[in-house]
Amino acid sequence: MQTLTQQLANPTRFMDLSARVLPWVAGIAAALIVYGLYLSFFDSPADYQQGETVRIMYIHVPCAWLSMMVYGLIAVSSFGLLVFRHPLADVSAKAAAPIGAAFTFLALLTGSLWGKPMWGTYWVWDARLTSVLILFFLYLGLIALRAAFEDESAGAKLTAVLALVGVTILPIIKFSVNWWNTLHQPSTDFTATVDPSMRWPLLVMALGFTLLFFAMHLKAMRNEVLRRRVKAMRTQAVAGRDRLATQPAE
Amino acid sequence: MDLGPHAAFIWISYAAVAVVVAGLIGWLLLDGRKQAAALEALEKRGIKRRSSASAE
Repeated sequence: MQTLTQQLANPTRFMDLSARVLPWVAGIAAALIVYGLYLSFFDSPADYQQGETVRIMYIHVPCAWLSMMVYGLIAVSSFGLLVFRHPLADVSAKAAAPIGAAFTFLALLTGSLWGKPMWGTYWVWDARLTSVLILFFLYLGLIALRAAFEDESAGAKLTAVLALVGVTILPIIKFSVNWWNTLHQPSTDFTATVDPSMRWPLLVMALGFTLLFFAMHLKAMRNEVLRRRVKAMRTQAVAGRDRLATQPAE
Repeated sequence: MDLGPHAAFIWISYAAVAVVVAGLIGWLLLDGRKQAAALEALEKRGIKRRSSASAE
């Protein structure tokens, strides 16, 4: 009996399955985000200290969570490529990188816009902010390194190595607020530090954004599978033409 | 809706997320269409994938 990972090793099977799953994931994500936006603006109170600016939390926290989760996914995919040579592992890593970079950028931007009214500054070089900035540069590094190689296979392997080396940034980000004295508040503990009236909108938004990411990731993976098919068919066409050209005329 | 003295920070945050997410979705949809069109053009020229060619 094959596991799901083994079954998905066949790109054609992946394309069939993802075509069926994608509309559902995207639809549920959209519904959750619309509901989460309603809760964020109309069904959650202002914070006793932060006032209305706490509403930035409902998008900042999901973006920050995704910035780390997506990198974790890239690391797992990279491991799958280097160790198991899973045919879709590199497709997954490549597809996730720009989406992860976008969410990391949004986490930095919304955090900065939240920081100005609360801390009095858009930016401070504390451990949490700086480590997330490094994560953003790591994403850009992964994209740039892959683009620098003409040989796709060599680029994929080196990018996977960089992704696995870079994964050390994740615990640093996670524990930076505990290890160092930072302006950023400690990590969000959903059950202890967030009031129930704000916890529910935050959870709905976090789930909605997570499903949105998976929908985008599936679509990006499908695009990448198609791109590789097109590339392979073009190479095949050129090889066929060359073969005909080198055959002696009868 | 009164979002207080810092309303601009809240609106800009939400607008930025909306723009970036919409940009990502638009890029993915356009890229998907581009790849599908390229694949269709190749198939019209009679070029087949090795897997489908060998299956025949």
